[in-house]
This record gives sequence, structure tokens and C-alpha cells, in this order.
Amino acid sequence: MAPFAGIKELPPDPLFGLKARYNADSRTNKVDLGIGAYRDNNGKPWILPAVRQAEQKLINSPDYNHEYLSISGFAPFTESAAKVILGENSLAIKDKKIVSQQSLSGTGALHLAGVFIKEFYQGNHTIYLSQPTWANHKQIFEYIGFKVASYPYWNNDTKSLDLSGFLKAISSAPDGSVFLLHACAHNPTGLDPNQSQWDEILAALEKKKHFIIFDSAYQGFASGDLEKDAYPIRKAIDSKVITSPIIICQSFAKNVGMYGERVGAIHVIPSTVESNDSLNRAIKSQLNRIIRSELSNPPAYGSKIVATILNDPELYSQWRKDLVTMSSRIGEMRNTLRSKLESLGTPGTWNHITEQTGMFSFTGLTPQMVERLEKHHGIYLVSSGRASVAGLNEHNVDQVAKAIDEVVRHFGKSKL
Amino acid sequence: MYKTQLIKSSTQARFLAVRQLSSTSQLLKWNDIPLAPPDKILGISEAYNNDSNPQKVNLGVGAYRDNSGKPIIFPSVKKAEEILLGKETEKEYTAIVGSKNFQSIVKNFIFNNSNKDANGKQLIDDGRIVTAQTISGTGSLRVIADFLNRFYSNKKILVPKPTWANHVAVFKDAGLEPEFYSYYETSKNDLDYANLKKSLTAAPEGSIVLLHACCHNPTGMDLTSEQWDEVLQIVQDKKFFPLVDMAYQGFASGKPFEDIGLIRKLTKLANENKIPSFALCQSFAKNMGLYGERTGSISIINSSGEASKAVESQLKKLIRPIYSSPPIHGSKIVEVIFDESSGLLPQWLDELDKVVGRLNTVRSKLYEKLDKSNYNWDHLLKQRGMFVYTGLSPEQVIRLRNEYSVYATEDGRFSISGINDNNVDYLANAINEVIKN
Repeated sequence: MAPFAGIKELPPDPLFGLKARYNADSRTNKVDLGIGAYRDNNGKPWILPAVRQAEQKLINSPDYNHEYLSISGFAPFTESAAKVILGENSLAIKDKKIVSQQSLSGTGALHLAGVFIKEFYQGNHTIYLSQPTWANHKQIFEYIGFKVASYPYWNNDTKSLDLSGFLKAISSAPDGSVFLLHACAHNPTGLDPNQSQWDEILAALEKKKHFIIFDSAYQGFASGDLEKDAYPIRKAIDSKVITSPIIICQSFAKNVGMYGERVGAIHVIPSTVESNDSLNRAIKSQLNRIIRSELSNPPAYGSKIVATILNDPELYSQWRKDLVTMSSRIGEMRNTLRSKLESLGTPGTWNHITEQTGMFSFTGLTPQMVERLEKHHGIYLVSSGRASVAGLNEHNVDQVAKAIDEVVRHFGKSKL
Repeated sequence: MYKTQLIKSSTQARFLAVRQLSSTSQLLKWNDIPLAPPDKILGISEAYNNDSNPQKVNLGVGAYRDNSGKPIIFPSVKKAEEILLGKETEKEYTAIVGSKNFQSIVKNFIFNNSNKDANGKQLIDDGRIVTAQTISGTGSLRVIADFLNRFYSNKKILVPKPTWANHVAVFKDAGLEPEFYSYYETSKNDLDYANLKKSLTAAPEGSIVLLHACCHNPTGMDLTSEQWDEVLQIVQDKKFFPLVDMAYQGFASGKPFEDIGLIRKLTKLANENKIPSFALCQSFAKNMGLYGERTGSISIINSSGEASKAVESQLKKLIRPIYSSPPIHGSKIVEVIFDESSGLLPQWLDELDKVVGRLNTVRSKLYEKLDKSNYNWDHLLKQRGMFVYTGLSPEQVIRLRNEYSVYATEDGRFSISGINDNNVDYLANAINEVIKN
């Protein structure tokens, strides 16, 4: 028997499978609300103007090259990435309480965080994920050997946060467990805690000395405001609400449109109350060791684009405008879809569409409704009912609203 | 029975004491985190950067430098980037295993170069080759090591002694068990071919065996065609799984087409089902100068097209939780260069040939200037690729560093690219001084 002859073929990843079905669909009016990538009002990918300008500046600079970065990544990138997430005046940065490394976007940072915690964290190696959460989270941590548990988050009946369930899970989990939190623009629901809810959540986590991993994939993209979107992270760290270790996994895929360039960072804050230079050096050296045996060093080009933007005042200003452009267009589409559904008299309530934030809306549609949307109307959603609002535009939102109206009525009165 | 075991490091990592806070002693719930040893190769560059001697020479990192000691961008790559800048309309995620176009380019570049490799073409047409884009060569080694750890029947992996510094770490972290086989005899500065065959023959049946396709790192000594035939016969007899590391295609001869003799032998054996399956790690870091863009691939040759589909699906499942999908910039550059309408492929091949030509010129110049009265330097002319494995002792290398600001790894490996017209005299003189004992 040849090696690998007995290997079983796996079905395609659901998200990539959805994209494949969409691409294979020959209907001219098909709508892609599946994969999470921004689209402009013509349904096209959008390279941010700040990115265009940064690339021109970068490629034309005399010292541009393709040399290896250090294992930790491009220092102008990691330093400015830390400032974006923690704030220009962050005490944690000033007091050197943070270790930052470039990663292969957010997924790479989550993987690194997992490997690092698995090897060096003394607490409970169970990681609590929100219910629901991003599909890849479970794979990332199970792959590394974590036990995966969940905490209540989305209440499907009320289409709102199950705060009491969430807080109960925090207090029930063994001390020193690992909790993965979406910093903003929760994927897939689009539902975020408000500030006072965040305060309660953070206080409960601190009481049990849990370890927090913040997954920050949408800063600036959620509301258009970088500071507002970093609220729970800054509250936890610089306000010292959390004194246990924190890891931030940061992605620039969405907010800078870097997607395939794979730009991200991992920031480890071993303690918010004390800086420890030798511990920080040890942590950095171990992260380097892990990175070295997995990929040697991270990709250069995307991190240089982002560093150029974050370190050039004009480009930074342009980027903030680009964030407003993207988030406001998505906000408009949320408003339009909701108002059209309400105008059509579609059964159920639809205010959750506008109360959610970020790229996604957890519509509340059932898997059967989603299947019918795809088959009968050429509208592609994830089976959980998650719709990428970025796929909506002025040219298709009416069609989508009518299609949703049709499938909801088709399956009769539901719990919508 | 001669068996080369990994030398167990007697150096224990020093543990740092984490200061305990009296009021919150459970606060830092870290296991003791030792300071990991610094990467040897990158450490050389850091020491070099900190040296203020204007005559300093960096022979540490294997990255190409021009005759002024500067990094270069291949002009064809520069043009490809300008084309990309002008036409790129998106930065979307590529597939978990990279774009179909990139996969096709790599398959043909390696297995059917210039459309003249009938055996490789057959394997491609039969769908027996799965190719995935990876994070350069290191990423491909890690992906295949994880894959073999999960799906191959044996965790033993035979690596040449010596081999690239990172191989052992990559394989160990993936859960494989590296074991050395004889390759190079340092006392003679030559291949230890007799013991190579002996140690492979003695190794456990069904092991994975790592083979450097060309330009062996760090020694620069490659097997001849006849020697490869004998080794591959042992591979068949012992039912080894060959894992080929090809980070330097084009750096042996200046022509990528000429450097894939081992691949041609393997594809022939695969078609004959004598070695039905093998894997190949490939990188564009050196031959296209894409170093930091991290552009590479893993190819797995399977027994059938059906097996390939299953293998590809498992590769995707393995990659997705680690980094989701690979970086696009370098692979897009590759795609532009291989796009006939860009006209850049012949230019790139010509530029690569010139780069390799400069390295060979430097080799010869250094050889000429070295004192041969007490030391045989003939091996410099036999070695190929980016490195010279000098045979200098760690003590001599340390003297070169301390007394002459010449930086190289302590195994005596020199990155020949760091040598140029401005420093070759100084370097030769320094070497001549330290070998005078």
C-alpha cells in the first residue's frame, strides 16, 4: 500500500464551499452575502485610497527591498500596531508592559497565542468561546490541544446579548480559565456588549482571574472610530480593570483591506500592574522560537504598507476617512434593509439588523430559509443565517429584501 | 551497526525567576518561561550590525548581496511589481492552498520545466501532484512535517549531518523524530559518501529521508548523478519516504532547468511506481530574491489522482487553523513573471544566471587569494550555491570575528554573497592569518 492511500477526503470548508457554489452560479442577479470581505457600492473589492497611496510611496522609496524581516516582524509595524489598539498615550506601552510580534494576520496571532499559552500558561487549559463564534476559532484551539467550551452570548429569541448567561459562565468556569472575547463587531452575530455591559463582563473575568484573549479583527471597521472600537481592550489594560495576563490578536485584514497580504500582530501583556523586562524578553524569545520553526519570519509587504499608513500623518488621516467610508456604507445598508423589510410588512421584527455592528448581521433566518434563498433567489448566506452586510448595495438591497420577505412567508409564521 | 544519533545538548536553558508579588502571588500564572536561545544565524547579523569596524564583513545570513554589498531587487521583479501596482484591483484572500494559477506555475516550473520533462508532465496530467502555496520554504517544511506526523506511518526522519540549522527544530516541533545520517566528512572537507550509504542502509525501514535537491546547506556539496542513483536505490530497498528540500533551484548552475536532476529521477521512479510517493519543499526566496515576501510551495506526489484529492483536502484542514491562507504579494509577483504577456520570464532567468555567475566569480577570487601552503582549499571550488563550508574550526571563526570583524556561523559556513571586490582581499588576508598556527 502506497503512503497516504488510506487518507479520507474531507468536504470543503463551509465558507470556501459557499464561495465555490456562488462562483459556479450562472445567474446574473446572484448576490454574495457569504464570505466576509468588504465590497463597494458596485459589489467590487475596494483597495483603500490610503493603501494605494502607501503602496506608491513604498515601492518608489529608495530603500525598498524584499529582505527578510526579523522573526518578530517589521518593527515600525508592530510598534504602531500596538499604539493603534492601545492608544497613543497608552500606559502599558509607555511602561513597557507589552510584547508585540507580527503574525500571519489574525488567524496566525490566534494560533501563536494558543501555542504559547498551551506551553507556558499554568492555569486551566480550557478555552471558552462565545456561542456562536467565528467558525475557525474551534479548529484553531482544538488543533493545538485545548479543550474547547462555550459561554452563552447570543439569545436567539430576543436577538440580543444573553448577559446573565454570559456572566454565569464566567463565574462557573474554574479560576484562571481562558476566555476568548471579540473586541468589537462580533463574528458572526454583529452583536456587541455596550460599555456598561463590558464593564460588568470585565469585572466578572477579573474576579475569577481568567486569562483573556481579545480577538480584534474589526477595529475601526465596526463604528468608523478606532477609539470607540477599542473600548474593552483599553478598559481592561490601561484602566487596570484586568490584572491577569491578556493577549490581543490583531488583524488588519478588514480595517485596512489587507486580506490576502496576511497582516496581523500578537500583543502579550503578562501583567497590567507591573512591568518585568526579563519576563518580556523571555516571552519574546519563546514567541520567536515558535515562529522560527513554523515560518521563519513573517511576510514583509503588507506590514510595510500598514506601517507606512500608521506612521505617515496624512495617510493615517486618509485611512480614518476610509474607515468611515466603509462603516457608514455598511450602516446605510443595514438601515435600508430594515426599512424595506418593515415596509414590505415582513413577519417578525427586524430592529436587530440595525442594532448590530460590523461586517455581519445574524439575521435570524433558519437554515431552511437560507437554503431557499440560495436555491430560489441566488442569494448566498452562511447556513447559520449570517449575512455579510458588505455584500449589500443600492443595486441589490431591494431584491434581497423581497427575497427575504418571500422565504419568511413561505415557511409561515416563525419565531422571528 | 553505525547509527548517527542527534547529539543531545548538554546546555540547559537558563530559567528566569519570575518575581512573585507578595499581595497577588497567583497573579502571574506563567510556568517558568526560559529565555530561548537566540537564533544562531540571525544573531550573527545582529552582532555584525552592532560592530563599528568599517571593514566588517557579514558572512552570516544567506541572502544575496551585490558587488557593493547591497541587497538587490531583481529588475524583472521590480517590473512585475510596477505591473501589479498598475493593474491590481483587489487584495482578496487567496485559497487556503494558494491560487490555481500559482499552483500550476510551480508544478510546471519544478516538474515539467520548459515543457521538457515527460515524466513530470505525466504526473501532472494524472493529477498525482498536489501543490499548495506555503510561507516560503520553512512554511512548506513545517506543513509537510505536520502532515507526515499525522498521516505517515513512521515518525523517524533522517536528516544529513550537517543540515540547515532550522530543519531539526521544524521537524521536532511538528512531532517527528530527527536522526542524522552521514553526509560530510569535516576532516576531509568532502562528501562522506561511503558512510552516507552505510548509515542510510542501517536506518529503520520506512523512515522519512530528507534530501537536499541541490546546493546542500550548509556544505555546498552535492551528490553526482551516479551517486543519486545509488541513494535512490537504497530509498527503494528501505521503503523510505523521500522529502526533498529545494530552496536553491537555479543556484547550482545558474539555470533552474539544470538543477532539478534529482526531481527528474524521482518523477521517473514515481511513474514506474518504484517510489510511488514523495514530497518537495520549494522556495522563491533565493532564486527570485523574494526573501521577506515568504513565497514557496509544498508538493506531494501521490500514488493516484484520487489519493491526491484526499491529500489536498487534509492539507487544507491542516493549514486553515494555523494561518488561514498564504500571503499574496510574492505569489502575485511570481504569477506576473511567469505570465508570457509580461515578457519577464527570460529576463528573470538571465538575471538569475548573472547573480550565480557573480557568486562563482567570488568563489574563484577567494580561492586564488588563500594561502595554500598549509591548507587545502580545493573544496571551495567543488562546493555550489550560496555558501562556502570552509572547514575552519569554531576557534578560528571566533578569532575572525574578534580580531577582524568577520562574522560567520561557528560551523565555518560562509555566505559567499557577503564577499565582493571591496572586501575579498581583506577577508583572504584575515583567513590566511587565522590558519597560520
